Amino acid sequence: MILDGKTPTGPIEKTWDKHRFDMKLVNPSNKRKFKVLVVGTGLAGGAAAASLGELGYNVEAFCYQDSARRAHSIAAQGGINAAKNYPNDGDSIYRLFYDTIKGGDFRAREADVWRLSQVSNNIIDQCVAQGVPFARDYAGYLDNRSFGGAQVSRTFFARGQTGQQLLLGAYSALSRQVKAGTVKMRERTEMLDLVVVDGVAKGITCRDMVTGEIQSYWGDAVILATGGYVNVFYLSTNAMGCSVTAAWKAAKKGAFMANPCYTQIHPTCIPQTGDHQSKLTLMSESLRNDGRCWIPKKKEDCEKTPGDVAEEDRDYYLERKYPSFGNLAPRDIASRAAKEQCDDERGVGPGKRGVYLDYATAIERVGEHTIKERYGNLFEMYEKITDENAYKRPMRIYPAPHYSMGGLWVDYNLMSNIPGLFVLGEANFSVHGANRLGASALMQGLADGYFVIPYTIAGYLATVTPGTVTDEHPAFKESKEQVQTQIDTLLNIKGKKTVSELHRALGKVMWEDVGMARSESSLKHALQRIPEIRDEFWNNVNVTGSGNELNQQLENAGRLADFLEFGEILATDALHREESCGGHFRTEHQTEDGEATRDDENFAYVGAWEFKGNDKAPELHKEPLKFENIKLAVRSYK
Amino acid sequence: MDLTLHVWRQKGPKNNGKLETYPAKGISPDMSFLEMLDEVNEGLIKNGKLPIVFDHDCREGICGMCSQTINGRAHGGQERTTVCQLHMRSFQHGDEIFIEPWRARAFPVVSDLIVDRSSLDTIMQAGGYTSCHTGGVPDGNAHPIGKPVADYAMDAAECIGCGACVAGCPNSSAMLFTSAKVAQLAVQPQGKIEAKARVINMTDALQAEGFGNCTNHLECEASCPKGISIKFIAKLNREYIKTIAG
Amino acid sequence: MHLTQSTVGRKLLMAVTGLLLVGFITMHLLGNLSVFAGPDGINAYAEHLHDLGPLVWFFRLIMLALFVVHITLGVQLSLENRTATPVNYSIKKRMKTTFSSESMLYTGLILLAFLIYHLLHFTFQLTNPEISAHNLPLDAAMRPDVFTMVVLSFQKVFVSLVYIVGMLALFLHLNHGLSSFVQTFGLNNGPSQEKVTLGGKLIAVGFLLAYIAIPVLILARFVNV
Repeated sequence: MILDGKTPTGPIEKTWDKHRFDMKLVNPSNKRKFKVLVVGTGLAGGAAAASLGELGYNVEAFCYQDSARRAHSIAAQGGINAAKNYPNDGDSIYRLFYDTIKGGDFRAREADVWRLSQVSNNIIDQCVAQGVPFARDYAGYLDNRSFGGAQVSRTFFARGQTGQQLLLGAYSALSRQVKAGTVKMRERTEMLDLVVVDGVAKGITCRDMVTGEIQSYWGDAVILATGGYVNVFYLSTNAMGCSVTAAWKAAKKGAFMANPCYTQIHPTCIPQTGDHQSKLTLMSESLRNDGRCWIPKKKEDCEKTPGDVAEEDRDYYLERKYPSFGNLAPRDIASRAAKEQCDDERGVGPGKRGVYLDYATAIERVGEHTIKERYGNLFEMYEKITDENAYKRPMRIYPAPHYSMGGLWVDYNLMSNIPGLFVLGEANFSVHGANRLGASALMQGLADGYFVIPYTIAGYLATVTPGTVTDEHPAFKESKEQVQTQIDTLLNIKGKKTVSELHRALGKVMWEDVGMARSESSLKHALQRIPEIRDEFWNNVNVTGSGNELNQQLENAGRLADFLEFGEILATDALHREESCGGHFRTEHQTEDGEATRDDENFAYVGAWEFKGNDKAPELHKEPLKFENIKLAVRSYK
Repeated sequence: MDLTLHVWRQKGPKNNGKLETYPAKGISPDMSFLEMLDEVNEGLIKNGKLPIVFDHDCREGICGMCSQTINGRAHGGQERTTVCQLHMRSFQHGDEIFIEPWRARAFPVVSDLIVDRSSLDTIMQAGGYTSCHTGGVPDGNAHPIGKPVADYAMDAAECIGCGACVAGCPNSSAMLFTSAKVAQLAVQPQGKIEAKARVINMTDALQAEGFGNCTNHLECEASCPKGISIKFIAKLNREYIKTIAG
Repeated sequence: MHLTQSTVGRKLLMAVTGLLLVGFITMHLLGNLSVFAGPDGINAYAEHLHDLGPLVWFFRLIMLALFVVHITLGVQLSLENRTATPVNYSIKKRMKTTFSSESMLYTGLILLAFLIYHLLHFTFQLTNPEISAHNLPLDAAMRPDVFTMVVLSFQKVFVSLVYIVGMLALFLHLNHGLSSFVQTFGLNNGPSQEKVTLGGKLIAVGFLLAYIAIPVLILARFVNV
């Protein structure tokens, strides 16, 4: 099937305005009759729930954390992009649009990205109005910094905690609506199924994580803003609770999973110290603005204290390979370069999986004080974890899975192929193509939540009669039974392996075979191993406790069960995509000097997978990508 | 290293809890405190026992989910450190470690080390926002905000809402939490407009939720993993005086 | 009335009444120290006070009101704080909380008990009638001989001890109360906290030393009848 993204036609700069005018509206007095379920309360979900509640819709919002304020958007450090051009350095909506398309390696829809760039400016204004304490200069105006992959300063930031501040802004707006009674907030509630009635999304089934009660909720539309899936790698920078579950349950009900192979590996994370590691910590990419990446030229120098490696024996590999961008090369390039150096056995630190990020030159140039001002909190965080002082000794960094560009397929209205199911933020596939630029995730989440969904959902709701299906429909009972059955099954296996042991096993396969560099043989190996681990899981997992109490083992087991199915789709997508682009690198498709080669002729499309069951191959649906405003070009950061 | 843990176990909100003792053997100094608990849990599961449940999520010190009183100090009491950032290198072979949930009437225990902190959300809902609509706001640079003011607001805004201030406070008061939001918004032009109603509504909510009163012990500041200063409580008091004075 | 019921309002009232009471103990101290000037000092002072007549009673009523507000709110707030923490930690280490700040209720109650004793002793002159100004002969200037009453009283070890204990409680109470006032009135900007705490402590020490100087020096026979 050829998918239709329903993008508006005409000159790109008019698309969003025209579309907004063309869409139907819901009469203000009718809005409260429509019930909208919002799953996830991060930047996208929180902003959407707050904005829709304010518009007058009857909103119910769900999150698995104990408070909406804890969604993982909170951990984003670096900043948020906007085409304000405050620094007068040549930025524009068009340039942000161009950079995002190019940065995404020409695998995103032009119109979606244009819209994102256009509303980026409104986001900054919105957040300022909420009292988000963005960094300011001495004259009191908003400060900007440059960020990986961009040559203009368009990144707004709030110290090293931009995600936190933006999320708290959205959370405050949400809190206002909860108080006003327009949003009902349900915390510690995990969505475990999507209820589809006659092909239309009409509700969700959840587990109350405190009492274990399985409960269904009906709505005239369902919004998933449930984040990304890189915990499929076990070790990632995502929070422990981040999972693919909500999205995957939708996929099992017929929603297409688009481009799952586009995963972003972040170059500046703190390396793993041992098998006990439960997650990896990211340090803002802004670190690369002043740090220089190097590794010893000679293998025998790797064990030495970094200060003892002579200047001429150091390989500043990013500066060497990418002279114009140097240490600011985009994330995928920087990550892969680090992996290559370590594969060449020149890595440093425990397990030799690490490269140095050195501030000596920068400290000499601008002084330790300035470096402290810029990165103080990051250096502090590094020291807390590694017990090393990065002012005195280069940091050790290594790439880690960080973000998923792929996600549920959505059209221009952010609606999936299941009518009534909308997907926002990282959970959808829409704007980042095959690779996301720094400081763009926050932009997308808030754009989707504040400025896109309030319009596009009206276009859908105007076509449906509110409350036609409620939780009295038999589909809800059926869904609850299904969820209960899975829980009972998991609890009754009583095998020998713990959930985390099996998750580690999956993660190892995913990281080694489907990680930064993928080959046909590694992917085939993964496609053989994943079902094996899945079988072992369903036969030999040990889930302690019962279903009617707070049971973290059960929660984790459910999430792992979904990763074990989803991982296979991810690997299948990676195997089918016979090209290298953005976060997807196939070793067969590279130039002689190791650069990714894209195949625009055969792969300039969105690959959206329809799940057909574990015993059947998933079906691929394609949405061709047209580039009418930006010329397809080889991405070069040399 | 080998350690002995004394962990608060409580099946549910209505059950009685007590401290149980568990050995933690072969712990690496590179582990985080939560990774140590993960390890202990793996052992408990293998022995057919129920693992210890505790709140955690980002494991990088920003989400505010983790909440444990370790050896009598919220988050273990290291400066600017949450439980997830606490590393086992701060402990020594043979140490006895007491792990308890936050204790406060406003934070009832849900299970083991997990407490219900929705009372903090309620305080936020009482006024921890500016009443701006989505859209229709002026340009971000329309109201310049001096750098010192922006920095002050950011210092206050760093609060992660973990509740350590309450857990540490001998009165179980959430005044530091409340004041951080009041102060952050009061100094910015966008938040000034509603400052008077905010300070009254948020402190009233604090009281109604069953938190104690602030008596300036300063324990909150010492317990805060983000180093939020009690100067914000002073600011809240100023805001309150201004409001009462008319 | 928000001020008398809210958490911050009551804290402000505690601070204001507390400060006014500090004002009182300052005046009182200055008067007391006139004991070192001999009978001409304190007896003259007592007579002046007495001559104020109804004004003294007016002043006493205000004092009573301040005490009632301060004590009622203090007890009320302390009880609320106790209910706010129904279960104690099996181990609790305080990082910044001081003995002073934690014992405000107790030191306050000790002060109340002391105050009652003090009033019975010197104002109503019921505890040691044999050496009370009522029963002692007038002094050379035909004034009630407060000086002799004070000196004879403090020559009794038990009486002096009661006063010293009372003043220790006052010290602990002020040690927290004074710096707490600054914070409550929003006069603290963060870095000033250490200085405020130190300032509060020094003043509290000053009160302690000045007040206990009287029984101690009398006990040590530096002051005699």
